[in-house]
Amino acid sequence: MFKGIKWLCVGVMATAFLIAAVTAGSATELTMYYPVAVGGPLTTVVDGIVDDFMKQNPDVKVKAIYAGNYNDARIKALAALKSGQPAQLSVMFSIDIYELIEQDAIVAFDDVVETAEEKAWLDSFYPTLMENGRTAGKTWGIPFQRSTIVMYYNKDTFRAAGLDPELPPTTWDELVAMGKKLTKPDGSQWGAMIPSTGYPYWMFGALAMQNGQELMNSNGDTTYFDDPAVVGALQFWKDLGEKHRIMPKGTIEWGTLRQNFLEGKTAIMWHSTGNLTAVKDNAKFDFGVAMLPASKRRGTPTGGGNFYIFKKTNPAERKAAVRLIKFMTNPENAAEWSMKTGYMGVSPAAYETQKLKDYVKAFPYAAVARDQLQHATAELSTYQTGRVRKGLDDAIQAALTGSKTPEAALKEAQSQADRLLKQYR
Amino acid sequence: MPAAILLIAFTHYPTVATVIDSLFSKATAIRPSRFVGLLNYQRMLDDPIFWKVLANNAWFALGTIPTSIALAIVMALFVNRAIPGRSLVRMAYFTPTVLPMIAVANIWLFFYTPDIGLIDQIAGWFGFSGHNWLGDPNTVLPAIMVMTVWKEAGFFMIFYLAAMQNIPPELEEASRLEGASRWYYFRRVMFPLLMPTTLFVLVNAVLNSFKLVDHLFVLTKGGPDNASNLLLYYIFETAFSYFETHFAAALTMVLLVILGVMALLQFFVLDKRVHYR
Amino acid sequence: MNPSRSLSQMIHSFLETGAAWLLAVLWVSPLVYAFWAAFHPGEYAVNFDLLAPLTLDNFREALSQAPFPRYALNTFILVSTILVAQLVLCTLAAYAFARYRFRGHRIAFALVLVQLMITPEILIVENYSTLARFSLVDTILGIGLPYMASAFGIFLLRQAFKSTPKELEEAARLEGCGSMGVLWRVYVPLARPTYLAYALVSISHHWNNFLWPLIVTNSVETRPLTVGLGIFGAPESGVNWSVISAATLLSVAPLLVAFLLFQRQFVQSFMYAGIK
Repeated sequence: MFKGIKWLCVGVMATAFLIAAVTAGSATELTMYYPVAVGGPLTTVVDGIVDDFMKQNPDVKVKAIYAGNYNDARIKALAALKSGQPAQLSVMFSIDIYELIEQDAIVAFDDVVETAEEKAWLDSFYPTLMENGRTAGKTWGIPFQRSTIVMYYNKDTFRAAGLDPELPPTTWDELVAMGKKLTKPDGSQWGAMIPSTGYPYWMFGALAMQNGQELMNSNGDTTYFDDPAVVGALQFWKDLGEKHRIMPKGTIEWGTLRQNFLEGKTAIMWHSTGNLTAVKDNAKFDFGVAMLPASKRRGTPTGGGNFYIFKKTNPAERKAAVRLIKFMTNPENAAEWSMKTGYMGVSPAAYETQKLKDYVKAFPYAAVARDQLQHATAELSTYQTGRVRKGLDDAIQAALTGSKTPEAALKEAQSQADRLLKQYR
Repeated sequence: MPAAILLIAFTHYPTVATVIDSLFSKATAIRPSRFVGLLNYQRMLDDPIFWKVLANNAWFALGTIPTSIALAIVMALFVNRAIPGRSLVRMAYFTPTVLPMIAVANIWLFFYTPDIGLIDQIAGWFGFSGHNWLGDPNTVLPAIMVMTVWKEAGFFMIFYLAAMQNIPPELEEASRLEGASRWYYFRRVMFPLLMPTTLFVLVNAVLNSFKLVDHLFVLTKGGPDNASNLLLYYIFETAFSYFETHFAAALTMVLLVILGVMALLQFFVLDKRVHYR
Repeated sequence: MNPSRSLSQMIHSFLETGAAWLLAVLWVSPLVYAFWAAFHPGEYAVNFDLLAPLTLDNFREALSQAPFPRYALNTFILVSTILVAQLVLCTLAAYAFARYRFRGHRIAFALVLVQLMITPEILIVENYSTLARFSLVDTILGIGLPYMASAFGIFLLRQAFKSTPKELEEAARLEGCGSMGVLWRVYVPLARPTYLAYALVSISHHWNNFLWPLIVTNSVETRPLTVGLGIFGAPESGVNWSVISAATLLSVAPLLVAFLLFQRQFVQSFMYAGIK
């Protein structure tokens, strides 16, 4: 019986390949998955750019599929790969790179691009954004929906508390001091909120860097979770809720935080710059955007999604995919994308386009994320990244909710990460 | 017979395959899968998250099952007598059953959101300050249980209602003539007669408490720090987020064993019911 | 019966009715809230004001952000495919179990009942790889396949067929019906209430199913409503509540309307299925 099934499968697959081969002759068809992790109708923006591309390139047909959050997108793309109906390219979490390499799922862009012009294109993006896309001397991911964490603050509440609305906190001490003034004792307004569900490790990456220590090395095989500076960062986060009482205790929901900020329940929120346009469109009060405050230094991880090209593709598909990616990340489209979402323009050239220049002039906060790039580092990304990240997430939440001390929680996460990563060193 | 083929393909074959898969290691492009014996089980026993989700699931079952059964009986008693607007009331109880879990979870998320959610707003009128229901490991599981009870009680009510309508009304009259209180009647006459239904509902409730995880996707994703993680959700995470199919298979085995025990109970119960009929 | 007793009884029944209604109001309140949020502008989602203006914008917004009509179509196809397949397969299987004494029928029936416990969602990992092997991932057929041979359906129908008088079958055979004819002319018509009950239970179950379709589907063309709603309303997208509420209502509406219209049948069907 099993033999029969096997042959049946072979037959089905052979037919599939035949069909694929035949259709490839006429027009190249590309399937692309992409995730959305912040507010606003981003799907229509992506669809718009894709439509423009198809108008200019009638020989390529693109099917862009919105696949949920980053995790969903990765699951979907990899699952499709295994099931034999793969996508050719996908936007996925920039930090999925090691997992994708280990699964042998993607090709390096260096192996696809041919001309000198295309090679130069690989170097046209902000180098900090490329940190999560490059390893072992090759480029695997092209930045697309990239972000940093920025600090949104409600200027009205600053005025009401007697603070200068143009001088948001620049250090941890100022954050605590101002937060105390901004917190109302009846609980109707908090000083600050840093989300701790969804992507806690990401927010934590910022705190740890500000405290002087990055979370991992650039080979993706070592983490530094139990470093004293890292422990101190978690202690500070916990203290915001328990000692300084400027933030609610327990975990804070990533998804509903923006609503909390817009409802005036918190004076300050840390969130992805990808929320900028949604906040701008919905805030009924005067708000500001600033770089994150510093402890020993300023710092934030970059975040967001990169383009990847899958290995199970033929040369024609790869070429078409590169064309699509080049189109979607060209300065004009990157500028458009940045204005509509708040994500960063991924290359310096994007900020040189007339429309983004005008936009930044009228709305200077659109450039905060870019200006913060000089203080930014790569986002937590390792081999076995799912498990390692989950370990850190659990540790952060355990510390914030008080079930473990920051030190014990991080030690545990570190030893778990060591166990998982030993085999890659 | 086509039914048999489908059953074998999607129930029996995967059960066996789970046993086999649980004995192999994770395959990556660099290292192929190999036979590792009971290593996955060893790892499972060493995995604190596994024990945590198992304990959570036990609490979840203990918290939801008796409450929803008790509520179901009360509901059935309510609508089994002629109260004004009976069919409206009955409909209200039953409505959550026909709504998708994922949709109601969305609505409940708004209830639980700190400060601006409905519960905190109502608490605010009475002068209580907001509570972070889903962000506090002490309240997250109870919060989810409340929602589950809401979802399930109406469903179980139906079974009780059906059973109550099969109880001859003479029994109640007789007991009333004897001067027995209604509570006495319920305790000594009705409840024993409802016993087979209770057993049937119990088995179903236990089953549901292990296979119902849809709401976790919306409400908590198992957090904070796995405080609301349940076994099947952990299996999902392991298999489809970390791609550790074989470890997930070992976890599935635990679920299968639990359900196997329940299956034995079910046969026992079903047999009894046939005699009863 | 003395008057004081009947007075206390009246108070009693008054309290009981009150309690029953209170519970009922509590039970529908989430749904009422969803209606509130969906029909009012976003800023009223968390602020209650009886004079808040009504609007349909949230529905327009939800429809423009995700292809809910397509999702609804997928759900419809899914549910009806499953139902038709279930009815055919379960009828045949139940007929065999009810009327034929083949070797090992007891063991075979026990093996069928295993599925009552070990439902397909528990075996997501293995079922997924089975589907992948047949290239059925991301097809509506793939979502439905594991559910098509339903132990519950076989069990219900077998009970119904068993209670059909043998004499009717014999009469039909005298008139020259084959076994298929007997099944079609005698058994199926007599089991109509069972079919209705089973159909309603099956429809509402598969309309609401989430975990398995989530795993199997990858694209808009196959995603049913629940999955569409799940990824649309995923908290990290931070879509505003009013729009999510509108989307939620959109996806439950068909079933909810059907339930409200046929609530008697629904309740009776679930009861009927439950007694068996």
